[in-house]
Amino acid sequence: MTKRSWLKDSPAAAVLLPIIGLAGAIALWWLATIVFGIESYLLPSPRDVVISFMDQPSYLLTETGTSILETVEGFLLAIVVGVPIALLIVRSVLLERLVYPLLLMVNAIPKVAIAPLLVVWMGFGQWPKVVMVLLVCFFPIVISTAQGMKSTPIELVELLRSLNASRTQEFFKLRLRYAMPQMFTGLKVAISLAVIGSVIAEFVGTTHGLGYVIYQSGASADTPLAFAAITLLSILSIVLFYILVLLEHLLLPWAQESR
Amino acid sequence: MIRLDGVGQVFDGREGQVTALEEIDLHVQQNEFVTLIGRSGCGKSTLLRLIAGLISPTSGTVRVAGDPVTGPRRDVSFMFQRPALLPWRSVLSNVMLPIEIDGGEGDRGKAAYRDRAHQLLELTGLTGFERRLPHELSGGMQQRVSLCRSLIRDPQVMLMDEPFSALDALTRTELSEELQRIKMELDTTIVFVTHSIEEAVLLADRVVVLTPRPGRLREVVDIDIPRPRTLGQNAHLTEVARISGLLHGLLAEKVAPVEEPAPRQVDEVRPR
Repeated sequence: MTKRSWLKDSPAAAVLLPIIGLAGAIALWWLATIVFGIESYLLPSPRDVVISFMDQPSYLLTETGTSILETVEGFLLAIVVGVPIALLIVRSVLLERLVYPLLLMVNAIPKVAIAPLLVVWMGFGQWPKVVMVLLVCFFPIVISTAQGMKSTPIELVELLRSLNASRTQEFFKLRLRYAMPQMFTGLKVAISLAVIGSVIAEFVGTTHGLGYVIYQSGASADTPLAFAAITLLSILSIVLFYILVLLEHLLLPWAQESR
Repeated sequence: MIRLDGVGQVFDGREGQVTALEEIDLHVQQNEFVTLIGRSGCGKSTLLRLIAGLISPTSGTVRVAGDPVTGPRRDVSFMFQRPALLPWRSVLSNVMLPIEIDGGEGDRGKAAYRDRAHQLLELTGLTGFERRLPHELSGGMQQRVSLCRSLIRDPQVMLMDEPFSALDALTRTELSEELQRIKMELDTTIVFVTHSIEEAVLLADRVVVLTPRPGRLREVVDIDIPRPRTLGQNAHLTEVARISGLLHGLLAEKVAPVEEPAPRQVDEVRPR
């Protein structure tokens, strides 16, 4: 094996190269803060960020837990609400024409703008956050599910009809299964949005969650703490994303090659 | 076995109505192998779907085994141009799909059908591939799986809509000869749509020639060449040439300029 192909193809390289890239970026960042003598409240060094985290790890992890809970709850709720809406849209042209513009409108509203309103309507508890997450991530779920349901190849539909399958059989044995890979595409888009949604919601009317931590540390110019919270959010977002990727691999082994 | 009397089919197209079939009278005997041949748009696929009960004729009657066709029947199987395999199911599980749709039991136990499935897979040279997923197979093998699936219920009638036309020439010949062999072992009536004269002559007891716009029955040609027929060496080359020539002549007759059929409406894809 030549050196070149080792770099491109070996599994070790597949794991090592991203790590090297990340480490390089952090090193550059660190170097910049030292070389240019940047003040910590403008751009903290990686070391400052780690120290800031180590100062109060249990507090930050608790707030991370709060954010995870809101994100996951809102995300699951979006599936529970979004998938049936998608199924109804696919089932009837009438409903599609009736509901689709509404969905577009709701999706077009800048979510940051309604965060304070959600607090007015639902108080200071968990609900405004969960609903915000629901609002940001249900649209990709609806669209991808609807697209998936419509993508069933006509010859497979005819096959099931020629076998005298009932509508329920057609739905569960064919359409839903066929829609799954596209649904997962939507879910992966939605989970990243869900994390953003929870942060937006936590900027307003609450004293919990990583969004609140960032908001507070901004107000007190505690930039290292903000960076620590942002890092935790990024990790959270990546982990949730890869949980979905893993689920997809386990549930849809057929979808990787055949599409 | 199959009887069509004065069958006509009119579709609502974008620019008014399109007559796909007109005044078709056809009688297919039990155990007969009939091929329907014609240019694209002559309504041969429509005719097959009428017999399958996938669509209802706008005029005339279609009967299978004496009963008017009102919908898909358990003893009639349909094979498509594309393999139409469910991509998440293994080969064996795809072959068993019709039994599963029936509720697993049917007139024999599920185990008996499973044995039958293995037998059919062996017959088509797919032993050892039972657990594979469709995307791991070649096009020819996929279509063999599809053939096994259409045989699993031991159908009285098999309807085949250009099943080999998407395959390469060699695989196509191979599968045609295989189908002929299987047909000789089974008491099944087969109606086979094709636009290949070669395929029609190899397989059919009778070739039905359709002309397009509107689809009409132009001619029925009997083929008396003894079986098994092969495409390569053939003791009846002159006979094959005579029939092929005749079919060529019938298909090449001047017809009105052909428009492509209107694309299928999106509505058809919506769930019922």
